[in-house]
Amino acid sequence: MPRYFTDEHEWIDVEGSTATVGITDYAQEQLGDIVFVELPTVGTNLDQGGDAAVVESVKAASDVYAPIDGKVIEANEDLEEDPALVNTDPEEGGWFFKMTVADPSQLEELMDDKAYKAFVDGL
Amino acid sequence: MSDDEPIEELPLEKLPLDGWHRERGARMVPFAGYEMPIQYAGPFGGIVAEHNWTRQSASLFDVSHMGQLALRGDGAAHELEKLVPGAISNLKHGKMRYSLLLTEAGGIIDDLMVTNTGAHIALVVNGACKWDDIAHLREHLPDEITLTHFDDFALLALQGPKAGDVLEALIPGTGALTFMTAGLFEWNATHLWVSRAGYTGEDGFEIAVHESKVEALADALVADERVQPAGLGARDNLRLEAGLPLYGHDLSENTDPISADLGFAISKKRRSEGGYFGHKAVMARLAEDEAGTLAQRRVGLKLDGRMPAREGAEVFAGETKVGMVTSGGFSPTLEQPIAMAYIAGAHAADGTALEIEVRGKRLAATVTPMPFVPHRYYRGS
Repeated sequence: MPRYFTDEHEWIDVEGSTATVGITDYAQEQLGDIVFVELPTVGTNLDQGGDAAVVESVKAASDVYAPIDGKVIEANEDLEEDPALVNTDPEEGGWFFKMTVADPSQLEELMDDKAYKAFVDGL
Repeated sequence: MSDDEPIEELPLEKLPLDGWHRERGARMVPFAGYEMPIQYAGPFGGIVAEHNWTRQSASLFDVSHMGQLALRGDGAAHELEKLVPGAISNLKHGKMRYSLLLTEAGGIIDDLMVTNTGAHIALVVNGACKWDDIAHLREHLPDEITLTHFDDFALLALQGPKAGDVLEALIPGTGALTFMTAGLFEWNATHLWVSRAGYTGEDGFEIAVHESKVEALADALVADERVQPAGLGARDNLRLEAGLPLYGHDLSENTDPISADLGFAISKKRRSEGGYFGHKAVMARLAEDEAGTLAQRRVGLKLDGRMPAREGAEVFAGETKVGMVTSGGFSPTLEQPIAMAYIAGAHAADGTALEIEVRGKRLAATVTPMPFVPHRYYRGS
């Protein structure tokens, strides 16, 4: 299953016509202790680069953007009970939402894990 | 993903302990014109861990960005009283008082700590305000009063329930100080000015030390296993839980001491006698307060749920906008969001149910007495 990354530190796992979205380990490390995640409602249409979710750390509120176009099909309810999952397991159990892949060609603009690692090392 | 924090563009100064912070994995951020540690790395690091450590043990904060000033000369206390609403001339040797620099219209220029050290009147002012404060003091104090800026001194805060035992072990005699008293001590062949005060709501100290000795002192303090370093992030949440206002957020020249709920800082004698900048405005607000017609007041709000409301969020009673949040965040101690807000007098009573708008949603909130977390100052055994 290919995983892609954005330069806004979201990751996206694509399986057929659906995708799972979260924020990277680097992102959660930068944000610090996360106390609340505001997730999109199922059925919401997202535009690539548009607001999709909000992460509240003890420090500040940060936007999470949609990595591609598509419709939200599931939100991670575990984050309501335990938003700190984003800190402890950002790239697995701390996923944010699942969405449809409206335009697969948008994935080509994203980074693979090697490119993302190089991007983070350069920050 | 992006932070919406403002970025300062001015060239930043480095703290005397800059390298010390970086060795401990501190994330440095611009604050008050300095690069300052917001949080540290490691098993004790992170805002919540540092916050909880302060409430349970003792934390070391570097607050060297603050301005350490001294006034000397005959009648220095009396002259300062023309600029602040607190009684200064009756402050006994070694005693401290929280006060406010006011404009003639009663606006708050800064909040500050005033100490009678015996040798002079010492002031500790906010880092972001210190240059304006110095200009204000210099403009309004007579030429015979000497103003010294101790810009070669660092300021460390040791805060937490174990701070008293820790500092007594390192610097014998400091444990006898009580809240809002201060004294001169000697440690490692250097003089330290130690004040039993702070801005976390916990017992603790602020220690003024020459910049050439601050690293040795910081090392000696964290060598005690009860002490861990803590950054600005923890400090901000600690002071919010303690109900303590932060200048530039909860206090400004557009607010006055009564609306800011700092009436305690206006000494009784000075209310009747006046003779300070802002007296007329302060008395007018006091009269409004007693008549129940005060336009707005700083209050605490506890929010339902887990979503925090931040500075700038609007507060509503039904459809009517009744105020604005000036500080807000998630309280690690209470495990719920809390905020300070300026609320119209008619809606500011304890227990009033209000709503805060965050990203188009209305969050239920209740006006709550401050401090949110009880103060634990040491007032003597």
